[in-house]
Amino acid sequence: MLVLTCPYCGVAAEETELHAGGEAHLKRFGPGASDEDFTGYLFGRENPKGVHFERWLHANGCGKWFHAARCTATLELFGTYSAQLTEPPEPIRKAISAKRPGWRWREFS
Amino acid sequence: MKRYSAFAVAREAMTYHQGWERAWRSPEPRDAYEVIVIGAGGHGLATAYYLGREHGIKNVAVIEKGWLGGGNTGRNTTIIRSNYLQDPSAAIYEKARALYEDLSQDLNYNIMFSPRGVMMVAQTHHEVRGYQRTAHANALQGVTTEFITPERVKELCPIIEINGPRYPVLGALWQARGGTARHDAVAWGYARKCSDMGMDIIQKTEVTGIRQKNGVVTGVETSRGPINCKKLCIVVAGHSSQLAEMAGFRLPIESVALQALVSEPIKPCMDVVVMANTVHGYLSQSDKGEMVIGGGTDGFNNYTQRGSFHHIEETVRALTETFPMLARLKMLRQWGGIVDMTGDRSPILSTTPLGNTFVNCGWGTGGFKAIPGSGFAMAELVARGEPGPLAAAFSLGRFTEGRFIDESVAAGVAH
Ligand SMILES: [Zn+2]
Repeated sequence: MLVLTCPYCGVAAEETELHAGGEAHLKRFGPGASDEDFTGYLFGRENPKGVHFERWLHANGCGKWFHAARCTATLELFGTYSAQLTEPPEPIRKAISAKRPGWRWREFS
Repeated sequence: MKRYSAFAVAREAMTYHQGWERAWRSPEPRDAYEVIVIGAGGHGLATAYYLGREHGIKNVAVIEKGWLGGGNTGRNTTIIRSNYLQDPSAAIYEKARALYEDLSQDLNYNIMFSPRGVMMVAQTHHEVRGYQRTAHANALQGVTTEFITPERVKELCPIIEINGPRYPVLGALWQARGGTARHDAVAWGYARKCSDMGMDIIQKTEVTGIRQKNGVVTGVETSRGPINCKKLCIVVAGHSSQLAEMAGFRLPIESVALQALVSEPIKPCMDVVVMANTVHGYLSQSDKGEMVIGGGTDGFNNYTQRGSFHHIEETVRALTETFPMLARLKMLRQWGGIVDMTGDRSPILSTTPLGNTFVNCGWGTGGFKAIPGSGFAMAELVARGEPGPLAAAFSLGRFTEGRFIDESVAAGVAH
Protein backbone atom coordinates (compact mmCIF):
# COMPACT_ATOMS: atom_id res chain seq x y z
CA MET A 1 0.00 0.00 0.00
CA LEU A 2 1.24 3.47 -0.90
CA VAL A 3 1.90 5.78 2.03
CA LEU A 4 2.26 9.48 1.16
CA THR A 5 3.01 12.16 3.74
CA CYS A 6 0.62 15.08 3.34
CA PRO A 7 2.71 18.28 3.20
CA TYR A 8 -0.11 20.27 4.84
CA CYS A 9 -1.18 18.29 7.89
CA GLY A 10 1.93 16.11 8.10
CA VAL A 11 -0.04 12.87 8.34
CA ALA A 12 1.55 9.77 6.77
CA ALA A 13 -1.59 8.91 4.81
CA GLU A 14 -2.32 5.47 3.42
CA GLU A 15 -3.61 5.07 -0.10
CA THR A 16 -7.19 4.45 1.08
CA GLU A 17 -7.14 7.87 2.72
CA LEU A 18 -6.09 9.55 -0.52
CA HIS A 19 -7.49 10.13 -3.97
CA ALA A 20 -5.17 10.09 -6.99
CA GLY A 21 -5.55 13.16 -9.19
CA GLY A 22 -3.39 12.32 -12.20
CA GLU A 23 -0.51 14.10 -13.92
CA ALA A 24 0.89 17.17 -12.16
CA HIS A 25 1.88 20.59 -13.52
CA LEU A 26 -0.48 20.50 -16.51
CA LYS A 27 -0.37 23.47 -18.84
CA ARG A 28 -3.96 24.46 -19.39
CA PHE A 29 -5.28 25.40 -22.83
CA GLY A 30 -8.70 26.85 -23.52
CA PRO A 31 -10.58 28.78 -26.21
CA GLY A 32 -8.25 30.04 -28.91
CA ALA A 33 -5.71 27.26 -28.43
CA SER A 34 -4.69 25.08 -31.37
CA ASP A 35 -6.42 21.70 -31.76
CA GLU A 36 -3.12 19.99 -31.01
CA ASP A 37 -2.55 21.90 -27.76
CA PHE A 38 -6.13 21.43 -26.61
CA THR A 39 -6.10 17.66 -27.35
CA GLY A 40 -2.74 17.35 -25.63
CA TYR A 41 -4.10 19.09 -22.54
CA LEU A 42 -7.31 17.06 -22.42
CA PHE A 43 -6.05 13.59 -23.37
CA GLY A 44 -2.26 13.50 -23.82
CA ARG A 45 -0.64 12.10 -20.69
CA GLU A 46 2.85 11.54 -19.38
CA ASN A 47 2.94 7.81 -18.70
CA PRO A 48 6.54 7.15 -17.67
CA LYS A 49 7.91 3.88 -16.38
CA GLY A 50 9.96 5.54 -13.65
CA VAL A 51 9.95 9.05 -12.19
CA HIS A 52 6.47 10.61 -12.25
CA PHE A 53 4.83 13.72 -10.77
CA GLU A 54 1.21 13.57 -9.69
CA ARG A 55 -1.51 15.44 -7.87
CA TRP A 56 -3.10 13.76 -4.88
CA LEU A 57 -6.03 14.74 -2.67
CA HIS A 58 -5.93 14.06 1.06
CA ALA A 59 -9.61 13.11 0.74
CA ASN A 60 -10.27 11.40 4.07
CA GLY A 61 -7.99 13.78 5.95
CA CYS A 62 -7.38 17.50 5.77
CA GLY A 63 -9.03 17.67 2.31
CA LYS A 64 -6.12 19.47 0.66
CA TRP A 65 -4.58 18.81 -2.77
CA PHE A 66 -0.82 18.30 -2.90
CA HIS A 67 1.92 17.09 -5.26
CA ALA A 68 3.90 13.85 -5.07
CA ALA A 69 7.03 12.60 -6.87
CA ARG A 70 6.95 8.85 -7.25
CA CYS A 71 8.48 5.99 -9.24
CA THR A 72 5.85 4.06 -11.20
CA ALA A 73 8.19 1.10 -11.72
CA THR A 74 8.95 0.49 -8.03
CA LEU A 75 6.22 2.49 -6.20
CA GLU A 76 9.02 4.29 -4.35
CA LEU A 77 8.10 7.76 -3.06
CA PHE A 78 10.64 10.57 -3.52
CA GLY A 79 8.66 13.21 -1.66
CA THR A 80 5.55 15.38 -1.51
CA TYR A 81 5.21 19.14 -1.88
CA SER A 82 2.70 21.96 -1.93
CA ALA A 83 -0.02 22.20 -4.55
CA GLN A 84 0.80 25.91 -4.90
CA LEU A 85 4.12 25.18 -6.63
CA THR A 86 4.16 25.14 -10.43
CA GLU A 87 7.26 22.98 -10.64
CA PRO A 88 9.03 20.45 -8.40
CA PRO A 89 11.16 22.23 -5.74
CA GLU A 90 14.92 21.76 -5.48
CA PRO A 91 14.91 19.33 -2.49
CA ILE A 92 12.54 17.00 -4.37
CA ARG A 93 14.67 17.16 -7.52
CA LYS A 94 17.78 16.41 -5.46
CA ALA A 95 16.09 13.46 -3.77
CA ILE A 96 15.18 12.04 -7.18
CA SER A 97 18.64 12.68 -8.65
CA ALA A 98 20.22 10.80 -5.73
CA LYS A 99 18.28 7.68 -6.69
CA ARG A 100 17.62 8.12 -10.42
CA PRO A 101 20.62 10.03 -11.87
CA GLY A 102 19.85 11.61 -15.22
CA TRP A 103 16.05 11.48 -14.80
CA ARG A 104 13.83 13.55 -17.09
CA TRP A 105 10.11 14.32 -16.92
CA ARG A 106 8.62 16.71 -19.48
CA GLU A 107 10.75 19.89 -19.24
CA PHE A 108 12.06 19.07 -15.76
CA SER A 109 15.30 17.22 -14.98
CA MET B 1 3.21 -28.90 -39.07
CA LYS B 2 1.51 -32.08 -37.91
CA ARG B 3 -2.25 -31.66 -37.54
CA TYR B 4 -3.70 -32.20 -34.07
CA SER B 5 -6.54 -34.74 -34.01
CA ALA B 6 -7.80 -37.77 -32.13
CA PHE B 7 -6.01 -39.91 -34.73
CA ALA B 8 -2.76 -38.03 -34.06
CA VAL B 9 -3.07 -38.79 -30.36
CA ALA B 10 -3.59 -42.48 -31.16
CA ARG B 11 -0.70 -42.48 -33.67
CA GLU B 12 1.69 -40.76 -31.26
CA ALA B 13 0.67 -43.17 -28.51
CA MET B 14 2.37 -45.92 -30.58
CA THR B 15 5.72 -44.21 -29.97
CA TYR B 16 5.04 -43.30 -26.34
CA HIS B 17 4.27 -39.66 -27.32
CA GLN B 18 7.94 -39.05 -28.13
CA GLY B 19 7.17 -37.80 -31.63
CA TRP B 20 5.31 -34.55 -30.95
CA GLU B 21 7.06 -31.59 -32.52
CA ARG B 22 7.38 -28.15 -30.95
CA ALA B 23 4.27 -26.04 -31.54
CA TRP B 24 6.31 -23.12 -32.92
CA ARG B 25 9.91 -22.48 -33.95
CA SER B 26 12.23 -20.16 -32.01
CA PRO B 27 14.35 -18.81 -34.86
CA GLU B 28 17.23 -16.33 -34.89
CA PRO B 29 15.97 -12.96 -36.18
CA ARG B 30 16.64 -12.26 -39.85
CA ASP B 31 18.02 -8.90 -41.10
CA ALA B 32 14.72 -7.65 -42.48
CA TYR B 33 11.00 -8.36 -42.64
CA GLU B 34 8.10 -6.82 -44.47
CA VAL B 35 6.16 -6.33 -41.23
CA ILE B 36 7.40 -6.35 -37.64
CA VAL B 37 4.80 -6.72 -34.91
CA ILE B 38 6.07 -5.70 -31.46
CA GLY B 39 4.38 -7.76 -28.75
CA ALA B 40 3.58 -11.48 -28.88
CA GLY B 41 0.42 -11.32 -26.83
CA GLY B 42 -2.97 -12.33 -28.19
CA HIS B 43 -3.51 -9.09 -30.13
CA GLY B 44 -0.03 -9.07 -31.71
CA LEU B 45 -0.15 -12.73 -32.71
CA ALA B 46 -3.70 -12.40 -34.05
CA THR B 47 -2.60 -9.38 -36.11
CA ALA B 48 0.23 -11.46 -37.59
CA TYR B 49 -2.08 -14.42 -38.22
CA TYR B 50 -4.73 -12.42 -40.10
CA LEU B 51 -1.99 -10.57 -42.05
CA GLY B 52 -1.03 -14.00 -43.38
CA ARG B 53 -4.49 -15.54 -43.73
CA GLU B 54 -6.44 -12.56 -45.06
CA HIS B 55 -3.79 -10.53 -46.88
CA GLY B 56 -1.08 -13.03 -47.88
CA ILE B 57 1.64 -11.13 -45.98
CA LYS B 58 3.79 -13.85 -44.42
CA ASN B 59 7.20 -12.17 -44.23
CA VAL B 60 6.44 -11.16 -40.66
CA ALA B 61 8.31 -11.16 -37.34
CA VAL B 62 6.61 -10.93 -33.95
CA ILE B 63 9.08 -9.61 -31.38
CA GLU B 64 8.44 -10.17 -27.68
CA LYS B 65 10.55 -8.92 -24.77
CA GLY B 66 9.33 -11.61 -22.39
CA TRP B 67 7.68 -14.87 -23.29
CA LEU B 68 4.78 -15.45 -25.62
CA GLY B 69 1.43 -14.68 -23.99
CA GLY B 70 3.10 -13.78 -20.67
CA GLY B 71 1.55 -10.34 -20.33
CA ASN B 72 -2.13 -9.53 -20.08
CA THR B 73 -3.06 -12.45 -22.36
CA GLY B 74 -2.13 -14.79 -19.53
CA ARG B 75 -3.46 -12.55 -16.75
CA ASN B 76 -7.10 -11.84 -17.61
CA THR B 77 -10.29 -13.52 -16.44
CA THR B 78 -11.00 -14.99 -19.93
CA ILE B 79 -14.48 -13.48 -20.35
CA ILE B 80 -15.84 -13.13 -23.91
CA ARG B 81 -18.87 -10.93 -24.65
CA SER B 82 -19.93 -8.26 -27.13
CA ASN B 83 -22.88 -6.54 -25.39
CA TYR B 84 -21.59 -2.99 -25.88
CA LEU B 85 -23.71 0.11 -26.32
CA GLN B 86 -21.91 2.04 -29.04
CA ASP B 87 -22.00 0.78 -32.64
CA PRO B 88 -18.22 0.73 -33.30
CA SER B 89 -17.60 -1.25 -30.08
CA ALA B 90 -20.40 -3.72 -30.74
CA ALA B 91 -19.08 -4.25 -34.28
CA ILE B 92 -15.48 -5.09 -33.33
CA TYR B 93 -16.32 -7.09 -30.17
CA GLU B 94 -19.03 -9.05 -32.00
CA LYS B 95 -16.60 -9.77 -34.86
CA ALA B 96 -14.21 -11.11 -32.21
CA ARG B 97 -16.90 -13.19 -30.50
CA ALA B 98 -18.01 -14.61 -33.85
CA LEU B 99 -14.41 -15.53 -34.75
CA TYR B 100 -14.00 -17.19 -31.32
CA GLU B 101 -16.91 -19.53 -32.18
CA ASP B 102 -14.85 -21.59 -34.63
CA LEU B 103 -11.35 -20.47 -33.71
CA SER B 104 -10.42 -23.96 -32.46
CA GLN B 105 -11.21 -25.43 -35.90
CA ASP B 106 -9.58 -22.52 -37.73
CA LEU B 107 -6.32 -22.80 -35.75
CA ASN B 108 -6.46 -26.60 -35.30
CA TYR B 109 -5.82 -25.85 -31.64
CA ASN B 110 -8.33 -26.33 -28.85
CA ILE B 111 -8.85 -22.90 -27.32
CA MET B 112 -11.69 -24.34 -25.20
CA PHE B 113 -14.22 -21.69 -26.22
CA SER B 114 -17.17 -22.19 -23.91
CA PRO B 115 -20.22 -20.09 -24.86
CA ARG B 116 -21.78 -20.65 -21.46
CA GLY B 117 -23.55 -17.29 -21.35
CA VAL B 118 -22.63 -14.00 -19.71
CA MET B 119 -24.99 -12.06 -17.48
CA MET B 120 -24.44 -8.53 -16.26
CA VAL B 121 -26.73 -8.14 -13.28
CA ALA B 122 -28.53 -4.86 -12.67
CA GLN B 123 -28.58 -3.89 -9.00
CA THR B 124 -29.80 -0.30 -9.25
CA HIS B 125 -32.67 1.24 -11.22
CA HIS B 126 -30.13 3.25 -13.19
CA GLU B 127 -28.49 -0.01 -14.24
CA VAL B 128 -31.85 -1.52 -15.22
CA ARG B 129 -32.51 1.38 -17.58
CA GLY B 130 -28.92 1.27 -18.85
CA TYR B 131 -29.00 -2.44 -19.66
CA GLN B 132 -32.46 -2.25 -21.24
CA ARG B 133 -31.08 0.48 -23.47
CA THR B 134 -28.06 -1.69 -24.29
CA ALA B 135 -30.33 -4.66 -25.11
CA HIS B 136 -32.28 -2.47 -27.56
CA ALA B 137 -29.06 -1.11 -29.07
CA ASN B 138 -27.72 -4.68 -29.40
CA ALA B 139 -30.90 -5.74 -31.22
CA LEU B 140 -30.28 -3.01 -33.79
CA GLN B 141 -26.60 -3.96 -34.05
CA GLY B 142 -27.33 -7.65 -34.63
CA VAL B 143 -25.83 -8.70 -31.29
CA THR B 144 -28.05 -11.23 -29.57
CA THR B 145 -28.73 -10.12 -25.99
CA GLU B 146 -31.86 -9.84 -23.87
CA PHE B 147 -32.89 -8.25 -20.60
CA ILE B 148 -33.99 -10.98 -18.18
CA THR B 149 -35.91 -11.01 -14.90
CA PRO B 150 -34.45 -11.72 -11.43
CA GLU B 151 -36.25 -15.10 -11.45
CA ARG B 152 -34.49 -16.04 -14.69
CA VAL B 153 -31.17 -14.87 -13.17
CA LYS B 154 -31.71 -17.21 -10.22
CA GLU B 155 -32.62 -20.05 -12.59
CA LEU B 156 -29.45 -19.58 -14.66
CA CYS B 157 -27.21 -19.05 -11.63
CA PRO B 158 -28.65 -20.72 -8.50
CA ILE B 159 -25.77 -19.62 -6.21
CA ILE B 160 -26.55 -15.90 -6.62
CA GLU B 161 -28.40 -14.05 -3.84
CA ILE B 162 -31.06 -11.98 -5.64
CA ASN B 163 -32.64 -10.50 -2.49
CA GLY B 164 -29.52 -9.00 -0.96
CA PRO B 165 -30.12 -6.26 1.63
CA ARG B 166 -28.05 -3.58 -0.08
CA TYR B 167 -28.30 -4.29 -3.78
CA PRO B 168 -31.05 -6.77 -4.72
CA VAL B 169 -30.79 -8.14 -8.26
CA LEU B 170 -33.39 -6.30 -10.40
CA GLY B 171 -32.66 -8.05 -13.69
CA ALA B 172 -29.73 -8.73 -15.98
CA LEU B 173 -28.38 -8.22 -19.47
CA TRP B 174 -27.94 -11.77 -20.78
CA GLN B 175 -25.76 -12.75 -23.72
CA ALA B 176 -26.27 -16.48 -24.21
CA ARG B 177 -23.38 -16.87 -26.71
CA GLY B 178 -20.87 -15.05 -24.55
CA GLY B 179 -18.61 -17.12 -22.33
CA THR B 180 -14.98 -17.96 -21.72
CA ALA B 181 -11.96 -19.50 -23.46
CA ARG B 182 -8.57 -20.80 -22.39
CA HIS B 183 -6.52 -17.60 -22.59
CA ASP B 184 -3.05 -19.17 -22.95
CA ALA B 185 -4.33 -21.46 -25.69
CA VAL B 186 -5.49 -18.47 -27.74
CA ALA B 187 -1.91 -17.13 -27.80
CA TRP B 188 -0.43 -20.60 -28.35
CA GLY B 189 -2.87 -21.47 -31.14
CA TYR B 190 -2.17 -18.25 -33.06
CA ALA B 191 1.59 -18.64 -32.48
CA ARG B 192 1.58 -22.17 -33.86
CA LYS B 193 -0.29 -21.12 -37.02
CA CYS B 194 1.91 -18.03 -37.52
CA SER B 195 5.04 -20.16 -37.19
CA ASP B 196 3.55 -22.66 -39.65
CA MET B 197 3.02 -19.86 -42.19
CA GLY B 198 6.75 -19.09 -41.96
CA MET B 199 6.52 -16.13 -39.61
CA ASP B 200 9.26 -15.72 -36.99
CA ILE B 201 8.24 -15.40 -33.34
CA ILE B 202 11.24 -13.94 -31.57
CA GLN B 203 10.91 -14.15 -27.80
CA LYS B 204 13.12 -12.69 -25.04
CA THR B 205 14.08 -9.82 -27.35
CA GLU B 206 13.38 -6.29 -26.25
CA VAL B 207 12.86 -3.43 -28.68
CA THR B 208 15.09 -0.59 -27.49
CA GLY B 209 14.64 1.91 -30.30
CA ILE B 210 12.73 2.63 -33.49
CA ARG B 211 14.68 3.62 -36.62
CA GLN B 212 13.22 6.14 -39.01
CA LYS B 213 14.20 8.06 -42.12
CA ASN B 214 12.31 11.05 -43.55
CA GLY B 215 9.38 10.44 -41.22
CA VAL B 216 8.98 6.80 -42.21
CA VAL B 217 9.92 3.78 -40.13
CA THR B 218 12.87 1.69 -41.37
CA GLY B 219 13.32 -0.80 -38.56
CA VAL B 220 13.85 -1.41 -34.86
CA GLU B 221 16.82 -1.64 -32.52
CA THR B 222 16.58 -4.68 -30.28
CA SER B 223 18.56 -6.33 -27.52
CA ARG B 224 19.72 -8.75 -30.24
CA GLY B 225 20.68 -6.11 -32.79
CA PRO B 226 18.86 -4.07 -35.43
CA ILE B 227 16.11 -5.53 -37.62
CA ASN B 228 14.74 -3.70 -40.66
CA CYS B 229 11.13 -3.57 -41.72
CA LYS B 230 8.83 -1.85 -44.18
CA LYS B 231 5.93 -1.62 -41.74
CA LEU B 232 5.80 -1.61 -37.96
CA CYS B 233 2.88 -2.52 -35.74
CA ILE B 234 3.08 -1.70 -32.00
CA VAL B 235 0.84 -3.98 -29.91
CA VAL B 236 2.22 -3.77 -26.38
CA ALA B 237 -0.69 -2.80 -24.10
CA GLY B 238 0.71 -1.33 -20.85
CA HIS B 239 4.04 -0.31 -22.43
CA SER B 240 2.52 1.50 -25.43
CA SER B 241 3.63 4.91 -24.14
CA GLN B 242 7.28 3.79 -24.00
CA LEU B 243 7.22 2.46 -27.57
CA ALA B 244 5.40 5.59 -28.79
CA GLU B 245 8.10 7.72 -27.20
CA MET B 246 10.76 5.75 -29.12
CA ALA B 247 8.78 6.42 -32.29
CA GLY B 248 8.50 10.12 -31.43
CA PHE B 249 4.83 10.62 -30.61
CA ARG B 250 2.56 10.67 -27.55
CA LEU B 251 -0.48 8.54 -26.82
CA PRO B 252 -3.57 9.39 -24.74
CA ILE B 253 -2.80 6.42 -22.51
CA GLU B 254 -2.16 5.84 -18.82
CA SER B 255 -0.95 2.49 -17.47
CA VAL B 256 -2.49 1.12 -14.30
CA ALA B 257 -2.57 -2.22 -12.51
CA LEU B 258 -5.67 -4.42 -12.78
CA GLN B 259 -5.99 -7.39 -10.43
CA ALA B 260 -7.59 -10.80 -10.50
CA LEU B 261 -7.66 -13.75 -8.15
CA VAL B 262 -8.75 -17.39 -8.07
CA SER B 263 -10.12 -19.52 -5.28
CA GLU B 264 -9.31 -23.08 -4.35
CA PRO B 265 -10.99 -25.53 -6.75
CA ILE B 266 -14.49 -26.70 -5.84
CA LYS B 267 -17.09 -28.90 -7.50
CA PRO B 268 -19.08 -27.37 -10.39
CA CYS B 269 -21.52 -24.82 -8.96
CA MET B 270 -21.87 -22.19 -11.65
CA ASP B 271 -22.01 -22.63 -15.43
CA VAL B 272 -22.41 -19.01 -16.49
CA VAL B 273 -20.30 -15.86 -16.19
CA VAL B 274 -21.71 -13.22 -13.82
CA MET B 275 -20.67 -9.59 -13.76
CA ALA B 276 -21.95 -7.35 -10.97
CA ASN B 277 -20.81 -3.88 -11.86
CA THR B 278 -22.46 -1.93 -9.03
CA VAL B 279 -20.57 -3.83 -6.35
CA HIS B 280 -17.72 -4.38 -8.84
CA GLY B 281 -17.11 -8.10 -8.96
CA TYR B 282 -17.13 -10.59 -11.74
CA LEU B 283 -17.03 -14.31 -11.45
CA SER B 284 -16.87 -17.54 -13.41
CA GLN B 285 -15.79 -21.10 -12.66
CA SER B 286 -12.85 -22.58 -14.53
CA ASP B 287 -12.79 -26.16 -15.81
CA LYS B 288 -10.43 -26.94 -12.92
CA GLY B 289 -13.11 -25.79 -10.49
CA GLU B 290 -11.46 -22.58 -9.35
CA MET B 291 -13.69 -19.53 -9.03
CA VAL B 292 -12.05 -16.91 -11.28
CA ILE B 293 -12.58 -13.43 -9.89
CA GLY B 294 -11.91 -10.10 -11.53
CA GLY B 295 -10.90 -7.21 -9.31
CA GLY B 296 -10.47 -3.48 -9.67
CA THR B 297 -7.87 -1.09 -11.03
CA ASP B 298 -5.69 1.26 -9.03
CA GLY B 299 -6.31 4.96 -9.46
CA PHE B 300 -2.67 5.79 -10.15
CA ASN B 301 -0.03 4.98 -12.79
CA ASN B 302 1.75 1.75 -12.00
CA TYR B 303 3.99 -0.70 -13.86
CA THR B 304 4.58 -3.22 -11.07
CA GLN B 305 2.12 -5.97 -12.17
CA ARG B 306 0.67 -6.08 -8.68
CA GLY B 307 -2.15 -4.00 -7.33
CA SER B 308 -3.20 -2.54 -4.02
CA PHE B 309 -4.56 -4.94 -1.43
CA HIS B 310 -7.62 -2.91 -0.57
CA HIS B 311 -9.03 -3.61 -4.05
CA ILE B 312 -9.02 -7.31 -3.26
CA GLU B 313 -10.84 -6.59 -0.05
CA GLU B 314 -13.48 -4.59 -1.95
CA THR B 315 -13.88 -7.29 -4.58
CA VAL B 316 -14.20 -10.11 -2.09
CA ARG B 317 -16.65 -8.07 -0.01
CA ALA B 318 -18.81 -7.53 -3.09
CA LEU B 319 -18.72 -11.18 -4.04
CA THR B 320 -19.56 -12.58 -0.62
CA GLU B 321 -22.56 -10.27 -0.58
CA THR B 322 -23.75 -11.36 -4.03
CA PHE B 323 -22.67 -15.02 -3.65
CA PRO B 324 -22.90 -15.82 0.10
CA MET B 325 -21.68 -19.41 -0.38
CA LEU B 326 -18.27 -18.10 -1.48
CA ALA B 327 -17.59 -16.68 1.98
CA ARG B 328 -16.04 -19.96 3.12
CA LEU B 329 -13.70 -20.31 0.13
CA LYS B 330 -9.96 -19.83 0.42
CA MET B 331 -8.26 -17.80 -2.26
CA LEU B 332 -5.33 -19.48 -3.99
CA ARG B 333 -3.58 -16.86 -6.08
CA GLN B 334 -3.74 -13.15 -6.82
CA TRP B 335 -1.94 -11.31 -9.62
CA GLY B 336 -1.92 -8.08 -11.58
CA GLY B 337 -1.49 -6.94 -15.15
CA ILE B 338 -0.66 -3.50 -16.51
CA VAL B 339 -3.57 -2.19 -18.55
CA ASP B 340 -3.52 0.75 -20.96
CA MET B 341 -6.39 3.13 -20.29
CA THR B 342 -7.56 5.76 -22.79
CA GLY B 343 -9.65 8.83 -22.03
CA ASP B 344 -12.85 7.30 -23.43
CA ARG B 345 -12.04 3.73 -22.31
CA SER B 346 -12.11 2.53 -25.92
CA PRO B 347 -9.15 1.09 -27.84
CA ILE B 348 -6.91 2.72 -30.43
CA LEU B 349 -6.31 0.98 -33.78
CA SER B 350 -4.64 3.62 -35.82
CA THR B 351 -2.02 5.00 -38.13
CA THR B 352 0.46 7.22 -36.29
CA PRO B 353 2.47 10.39 -36.97
CA LEU B 354 5.38 8.11 -38.02
CA GLY B 355 4.96 6.74 -41.54
CA ASN B 356 4.15 3.03 -42.01
CA THR B 357 3.82 2.68 -38.24
CA PHE B 358 0.59 1.48 -36.67
CA VAL B 359 -0.56 1.18 -33.10
CA ASN B 360 -3.06 -1.18 -31.48
CA CYS B 361 -3.54 -0.37 -27.80
CA GLY B 362 -5.89 1.10 -25.24
CA TRP B 363 -7.89 -2.09 -24.70
CA GLY B 364 -7.66 -1.28 -21.02
CA THR B 365 -9.40 -3.75 -18.76
CA GLY B 366 -11.20 -5.63 -21.56
CA GLY B 367 -8.81 -6.81 -24.25
CA PHE B 368 -9.00 -10.59 -24.14
CA LYS B 369 -12.53 -10.82 -25.54
CA ALA B 370 -11.48 -8.70 -28.52
CA ILE B 371 -8.35 -10.59 -29.62
CA PRO B 372 -9.59 -12.15 -32.89
CA GLY B 373 -11.56 -9.06 -33.98
CA SER B 374 -8.70 -6.76 -33.02
CA GLY B 375 -6.20 -8.84 -34.99
CA PHE B 376 -8.56 -9.02 -37.97
CA ALA B 377 -9.13 -5.25 -38.04
CA MET B 378 -5.47 -4.46 -37.38
CA ALA B 379 -4.23 -6.75 -40.17
CA GLU B 380 -6.52 -4.92 -42.59
CA LEU B 381 -5.15 -1.57 -41.39
CA VAL B 382 -1.50 -2.67 -41.67
CA ALA B 383 -1.93 -4.38 -45.05
CA ARG B 384 -3.81 -1.51 -46.72
CA GLY B 385 -2.27 1.38 -44.83
CA GLU B 386 -5.74 2.68 -44.03
CA PRO B 387 -8.43 1.37 -41.69
CA GLY B 388 -11.31 -0.84 -42.80
CA PRO B 389 -14.84 -0.50 -41.40
CA LEU B 390 -14.01 -2.18 -38.07
CA ALA B 391 -11.01 0.00 -37.19
CA ALA B 392 -12.06 3.34 -38.69
CA ALA B 393 -13.79 4.73 -35.60
CA PHE B 394 -10.87 3.80 -33.33
CA SER B 395 -8.31 6.20 -34.84
CA LEU B 396 -6.04 8.44 -32.79
CA GLY B 397 -7.67 11.39 -34.52
CA ARG B 398 -10.90 10.89 -32.59
CA PHE B 399 -9.38 12.63 -29.57
CA THR B 400 -8.77 15.79 -31.60
CA GLU B 401 -12.07 15.61 -33.45
CA GLY B 402 -14.18 14.84 -30.40
CA ARG B 403 -15.56 11.59 -31.84
CA PHE B 404 -15.26 9.61 -28.61
CA ILE B 405 -16.56 6.09 -28.28
CA ASP B 406 -17.72 6.67 -24.79
CA GLU B 407 -18.38 3.24 -23.36
CA SER B 408 -17.46 4.09 -19.77
CA VAL B 409 -19.91 6.96 -19.51
CA ALA B 410 -22.70 5.63 -21.72
CA ALA B 411 -22.86 2.10 -20.41
CA GLY B 412 -21.23 2.52 -17.01
CA VAL B 413 -19.78 -0.97 -17.25
CA ALA B 414 -16.56 -2.61 -16.32
CA HIS B 415 -15.07 -3.92 -19.54
ZN1 LIG C 1 -3.49 16.34 4.87
